[in-house]
Amino acid sequence: MATVIELPVELFKGPVDPDWCPGCGDFAVLKGVQTAAAKLGITPENLLVVSGIGCSSNLPGFLHAYGIHSLHGRAVPVATGAHLANTDLKCVITGGDGDGYGIGIGHLLHAMRRNLDVTYIVMDNQIYGLTTGQTSPTTGVGQKTKSTPQGNHENPLNPLALAITAGATFVARAFSGEPKHMADTISAAIEHKGFSLVDIFSPCVTYNKVNTYPFFKERVYKLEDENWDRSDFHASLAKSFEWGDKIPLGVVYETDMPTYEDSELAFKKGALVKQSLKTDPKVWAGIVEEMI
Amino acid sequence: MQEVTVGIAGAAGDGLDKSGDTLAKSCSRLGLHVYAYNCYQSIIRGGHIWLRVRIGENKVYSHGDNLNVLVALNQDSIERHSIEVEEGGAVIFNSDKLACETVQVRNGVQIVGLPMKKITEDVVKEHGALLPIMQNTVAMGAAAFFSNIGVEEPSSVLADTFAHKGQKVIDLNISLLKVGYEFAKANFKPVTKDWNFSRKKRCFLTGNEAIAIGAYAAGCKFYSAYPMTPASTILHWMANHAHETGICVKQCEDELSVINMAIGAGIAGARSMCATAGGGFALMTEAVGMAGIMEVPVVCVEVQRGGPSTGLPTKTEQADLWQVYGASQGEFPRLIVAPKDIVDCFTTTVEVFNIADRYQMPILLMSDLLLSEHPETVDPEVFDGNPVIDRGEIVSEWPESKGKFKRFKFTESGVSPRALPGTPNTAFVSASDDHDEESILISDMFTSPATRRKIMEKRNRKIENLLKELPAPVLEGPADADLTLVCWGSTWGPVKEAAELLTAQGIKTNLLNIKYIAPFHAKEVLEILSKAKKKISVEVNFTSQMARHIKAETGISMDAHINRYDGEPMEPLYIVEHVKRILAGKALDYDVTEAEAKDMAYHYIRTHALEKMRPTAATRESSNGHGEPTWNVELSERATGKLAARMKVGVSTGATYSFEKVAE
Repeated sequence: MATVIELPVELFKGPVDPDWCPGCGDFAVLKGVQTAAAKLGITPENLLVVSGIGCSSNLPGFLHAYGIHSLHGRAVPVATGAHLANTDLKCVITGGDGDGYGIGIGHLLHAMRRNLDVTYIVMDNQIYGLTTGQTSPTTGVGQKTKSTPQGNHENPLNPLALAITAGATFVARAFSGEPKHMADTISAAIEHKGFSLVDIFSPCVTYNKVNTYPFFKERVYKLEDENWDRSDFHASLAKSFEWGDKIPLGVVYETDMPTYEDSELAFKKGALVKQSLKTDPKVWAGIVEEMI
Repeated sequence: MQEVTVGIAGAAGDGLDKSGDTLAKSCSRLGLHVYAYNCYQSIIRGGHIWLRVRIGENKVYSHGDNLNVLVALNQDSIERHSIEVEEGGAVIFNSDKLACETVQVRNGVQIVGLPMKKITEDVVKEHGALLPIMQNTVAMGAAAFFSNIGVEEPSSVLADTFAHKGQKVIDLNISLLKVGYEFAKANFKPVTKDWNFSRKKRCFLTGNEAIAIGAYAAGCKFYSAYPMTPASTILHWMANHAHETGICVKQCEDELSVINMAIGAGIAGARSMCATAGGGFALMTEAVGMAGIMEVPVVCVEVQRGGPSTGLPTKTEQADLWQVYGASQGEFPRLIVAPKDIVDCFTTTVEVFNIADRYQMPILLMSDLLLSEHPETVDPEVFDGNPVIDRGEIVSEWPESKGKFKRFKFTESGVSPRALPGTPNTAFVSASDDHDEESILISDMFTSPATRRKIMEKRNRKIENLLKELPAPVLEGPADADLTLVCWGSTWGPVKEAAELLTAQGIKTNLLNIKYIAPFHAKEVLEILSKAKKKISVEVNFTSQMARHIKAETGISMDAHINRYDGEPMEPLYIVEHVKRILAGKALDYDVTEAEAKDMAYHYIRTHALEKMRPTAATRESSNGHGEPTWNVELSERATGKLAARMKVGVSTGATYSFEKVAE
């Protein structure tokens, strides 16, 4: 392993300051991504941050690195294409719960199933913020929102359980109110070889009056403090359902499995973007002959 | 010019595509030209498959209107097609199982019943019992005799086809081929005179294969797709050849993923392509605009099939022009291009990868089922495996001293030098929100109308510049024609042949084919069409979409339209007949014809599990209480010929008014 040269966090300062609401949990996540990249020595030109649409999906514009601020729900496929084209770049996907667990969930499931070597950070505020406060796939039952004035009557989905069963090989949870723990978790997720999901409680101070900083502060605890065995699939799955008075933070599940990239023949000669565009004359002659 | 058309008909699973391949490849290797079209349904086993192979000494541009040899693999096929075989032609079938009566063929047609069991006796003795599918090879032997191509070339094709199965299988198949050939030779006459074989070797491939090969030649590194007829064979080619081409081929979870992955790969710097049919493209449209605003080079192939919705999954149509033209909200530069034949599929694909890179825009390449799936002979010299690759303005180095890299720099040409992620000091964000030169959003916290105006103008300037370098459409055929046929896409082939037929019949006709749909050569098309004496559009759709597009761009209206929307491609005679009708001032007759009434009766009995019957006669009845004349179709028992049922079909509406079985 090459020695990691830590970089200054300031190197990742973006061209514009974030325009999130004061107190938004996403500020801490931005800092967490910058801190993790700096700690791992990933230079800005080797970092590609891809998002969809939503408050949190504005993140790539607020840091210094390559970014793709794509369509609502499509961060995962756009990132997959960019990552497969240039596997030399570190690919981090960022977005919100609506983007990732709502409109984009189909893509997320398949990316996890493929065990692509990318990191997905979901700023989960359990509400649609940019559209001014409608229910999201992780909004709790009974919660009143603009689109559920009588109270939400759909069960929230469980992103961690979903990820564990879908084939993600690193599944973790963090909280914007625990920034150091979050940065460490993001850093571990990026270092993990395979698909890593980090679901981050990133409170929306404007539209979600239920899942607030105090709500989480009262409930969260760190799995790392309890020497949690993250390698046991069934125990991890059971743990992912823990909710209520106690909510776990940290790496719930991690396993080592072959990645999609490991078995893709096209990468045998290196990253696609670095390969010659010319046809192989022998292969070409064979292709023409085959048609005769 | 000497030509012959062989039709092979049967059910899905009968293996007739393989038989067609043997015949077509044999002709191709002899130096003859071939154009084949397979008419099939969305079914894996059963149904009706109708493959026509047209063979000519000169290049043929469609599957044509003629039928000289019919190979019928089931009774249904005899009933449907034997009457189409022309004088001197032959109907080939297994007479142990099927029957063809003289009333089912035209005068002078040779009825060629192959006594399969008897003639294959010796082969069975040597090789053991035959699989039912092997009868096809006997029939193909007979077809080779009637087509007058000899038995040697088909034998050598079979040897290649079965090379992986060993010498015994090769010997068996060649013996069967010869049995059929010799039986026909001993008892019948070929349908054509001796050919002049040039023995010029040609490739035999489909439009989809040409697109796939073009993409490889152009340096495509990433291909994504979701299975959908008629685009799937591009995926199959790509997947089959990935180990040697080095292309990363990705089957995705849906078409949203397909195009978004291709765009992601395009941003990262790999030449990328995706393909789908109309339904899949409907899912992709939002991302097309993203590629437009982010200025991403990406090639998206839209293969049209019968719509709307699931429509006719295995049938052809040209009805997606508006969908592709209108794809995605907002306005952005993109190229919409429709190749006209298989060679054009290859060269256009190579060409558009360069345009995509140089103009940093999405390319929408429109094909259709006919073009994508029909194979045709093509000179191998066409396939240049070493074409010019122009990636446009790419910044490979950016020293810090040059200051901030502006990915969307406002330039005269509208094209901003592009850096690929990974290049030091050029970090930028590709944003689907509109943005300034530095790719900072312009309508998040504050909107800057001035910046928006300038970036819109910058992006759209690319259109004018691109149009200047695209070749304008030109008239094909006599300059002083009395009639100009206007077409696009694969309809070019039959229109070209129709124009030649009309000219030969004294109606001097030329044609104007539109390849570049957007941007559009409005000035040149206006000039050509304003001089044309009479203009008729020919399109495989209901609403004459290209004619309307031309009118929107030039103000010119067609004098008339020829349309087809029954799932079948245009055919030369179809066009000729409609031209004559239009020139005679006759309105289009929408009534159900006698043949169509029988076809509807066939549809009814097949779908109502009454296959023991077949329509035998149809008479027209005027007053019947239904408010329109009806076709009264009589259906007889297949086995006995006894009247079995009567069906009434409305002549105008096509409604099925009644179906009554005749009491026993």
